[in-house]
Amino acid sequence: MSLSIINGRLIDPAHGIDDMLDVHIDGEEVVGIGHAPAEFVADEVIDARDCVVCPGLVDLAASLREPGFEHKATLASEALAAARSGITTLICTPDTSPVIDNTAVVELIHRVARKLGLARVLTTGALTRGLAGEQLSEMAALQAVGCVAVGNARAPLASTLVERRALEYAATFGLTVFLRPEDRHLRAGGCAHEGAVAARLGLPAIPSAAESVAVARDLALAEHTQAKIHFRALSTHTAVRMLGEAQAAGLAVTADVAAHQLHLTEMDIDGFDSECHVSPPLRTTTDRDSLRRAVADGTIGAICSDHQPHEPDAKQRPFPETEPGISGLETLLGLTLRLVDEGLLDLPTALARVTSGPADIVGLPLGRLGIGSAADVCVFDPEQRWTLHRAQMASEGRNTPFDRWDFPGQVRYTVFNGRVVHRATEIA
Amino acid sequence: MASSRPRDLQLNENGRLRHFLTIEGLSRDLLIRILDTAESFAALPGRPVKKVPLLRGRIITNLFFENSTRTRTTFELAAKLLSADVINFNIGTSATSKGETLLDTLRNIEAMHSDMFVVRHAQSGAAHFIAEHASPRVSVINAGDGRHAHPTQAMLDMFTIRKHKGDFTPLRVAIVGDVLHSRVARSQILALNTLGVSEVRVVGPRTLLPSDARSMGVHVFHDLAEGIRDVDVVIMLRLQNERMDGALLPSEHEYFRLYGLTDERLENAKPDAIVMHPGPMNRGIELDSAVADGPRSVILQQVSYGIAVRMAVLSMAMQSQADLEVEA
Repeated sequence: MSLSIINGRLIDPAHGIDDMLDVHIDGEEVVGIGHAPAEFVADEVIDARDCVVCPGLVDLAASLREPGFEHKATLASEALAAARSGITTLICTPDTSPVIDNTAVVELIHRVARKLGLARVLTTGALTRGLAGEQLSEMAALQAVGCVAVGNARAPLASTLVERRALEYAATFGLTVFLRPEDRHLRAGGCAHEGAVAARLGLPAIPSAAESVAVARDLALAEHTQAKIHFRALSTHTAVRMLGEAQAAGLAVTADVAAHQLHLTEMDIDGFDSECHVSPPLRTTTDRDSLRRAVADGTIGAICSDHQPHEPDAKQRPFPETEPGISGLETLLGLTLRLVDEGLLDLPTALARVTSGPADIVGLPLGRLGIGSAADVCVFDPEQRWTLHRAQMASEGRNTPFDRWDFPGQVRYTVFNGRVVHRATEIA
Repeated sequence: MASSRPRDLQLNENGRLRHFLTIEGLSRDLLIRILDTAESFAALPGRPVKKVPLLRGRIITNLFFENSTRTRTTFELAAKLLSADVINFNIGTSATSKGETLLDTLRNIEAMHSDMFVVRHAQSGAAHFIAEHASPRVSVINAGDGRHAHPTQAMLDMFTIRKHKGDFTPLRVAIVGDVLHSRVARSQILALNTLGVSEVRVVGPRTLLPSDARSMGVHVFHDLAEGIRDVDVVIMLRLQNERMDGALLPSEHEYFRLYGLTDERLENAKPDAIVMHPGPMNRGIELDSAVADGPRSVILQQVSYGIAVRMAVLSMAMQSQADLEVEA
């Protein structure tokens, strides 16, 4: 199977390319940028006139729920949601059941995903056995079967000593450690940012210091162990400042932010809107603006979906009892492009944060379109606006606060491993 | 499910009270109307309240997911004095521990054709959630949800204040104690500010005040004598026993020494200041017995006014259902 994508504006942030260039694909690889190789014949030609052609999106953190939580979502439903949304690589979190702390679960997920053929599903291995935070997982074995990083999802570690050992052990094999910085004692059963809205609504609150205290501890241990750590889903101004200082001091530390944190604030939970119950919680406008600046200047290298699909029941309870999280795959590109609309960053930089940025964090040669690269491509029309309708979501989890939001950039085609896995049915 | 703001949910198209979930978003006029209606029930001659047939044939269900004898009893009495039939469900945590969701519990009880739910629940936002999911023919009255709101308690406190002080506008009011965990305090602050008092103060150690207390429209004090200086009303909040466990306070002894109300401390307030407490009170922790039983205490009046205020709220919410029947 060979494919040419012609007449489009190619944006490949990793190579600094933003030009009218065709992309030629043979089998699972890119074989030509601009000019096709000699004697290349395309089986299919995609006309990408008026469209942006960019590497398929890489999502650093999506909870895909299978195995164990198929009542929330399945690999099949979520891989389809990814394909429709221009995402070609999903890095799933280890909080499945059983937990991704052994090679069998990794192999199961890879096998199911390969059979589906809709997206590349990679795995984050558990940092500790059963995510219980006490014993180390068999990280070397997990790495050998393809885990691209290790982390403890949203589960806490038993002690600072366990964290130190885990970082040292992971560093032995050059594994990046994903950390969700949150001091569980300061969290203390909270469900909303400790600020004006939680004060008024009487919601148990989580102070910003729950994040910054953990970031300070994690940075100290990263410096001590020389492990490569990556902060997942930052939410506070203070954490961003500390991250910037650590990077300036030469520490190998990276971070991502959930796309919704760049658009929503604590004000959005008013009226007890459980769709806006997320972890870490939505914080203040000051925090949101700091996160946006950090995305623009590269302190935060990746925007991720932080995808948490839920069954309707999980959100139909009094606010503090609802499960946190947003079904985020289908809004990842749209929320990122809205930042461009709002003048926060230019289009190539925005695309870098969802392609080469996340790929670089875990050291994958993805999210770029050079000769020999994996043929993962997203083709979207930046001028074509679309509206999210909950009922039309492909994800099994339809928990989103963005129902009826308007987004720029309709995805026209998604190409994964050289095959067209999504074509927009209605082309205006 | 798009969530609606409390304001939209509480009032019907004619601006009448459909649900009573929080003071937030309600107008001064509406609060005054509640107080005036309560006045008409309280002022019946011979005894404080007399049975009236306003809600004859109506069924009111007390849905208590959290134990409360006092509040449930006054709601029950208020409903009976309005000639309604009352069903009591003390659900506690048993239904949910059997795996039933709140929504399922609600559907089951709705099938019993209730006209009104009086709800108490340990989670903030629970009454709001029930109002969003209840059928359109049911009114929901919040009898306390988590730390969020306890609007009928706040209104009976306003009623008590008006009885003693008349006009709200010149008043200074101090709320003393555990504001952080208090749904009563949140509703009182909203009601006092809506009714236009001159100043609302909160007094307590920082561990018992919300970190963003000023955003609630109050002045913050950490010293009791300063906090109650020249105030017209002192409201003492209940200190839950479990607050001693979570490193919020060192001891009951120290709490009383710093924030306990004694006759001597009360000298700082205006000479005609009244002392209130939503009950149940801890003598010797929040206030001295001499104050609780003294001439300035109006604590027992609060309890009896509670019945008239709850009658007012129940009858007004039922009135909005009459609007619905006219349309139908």
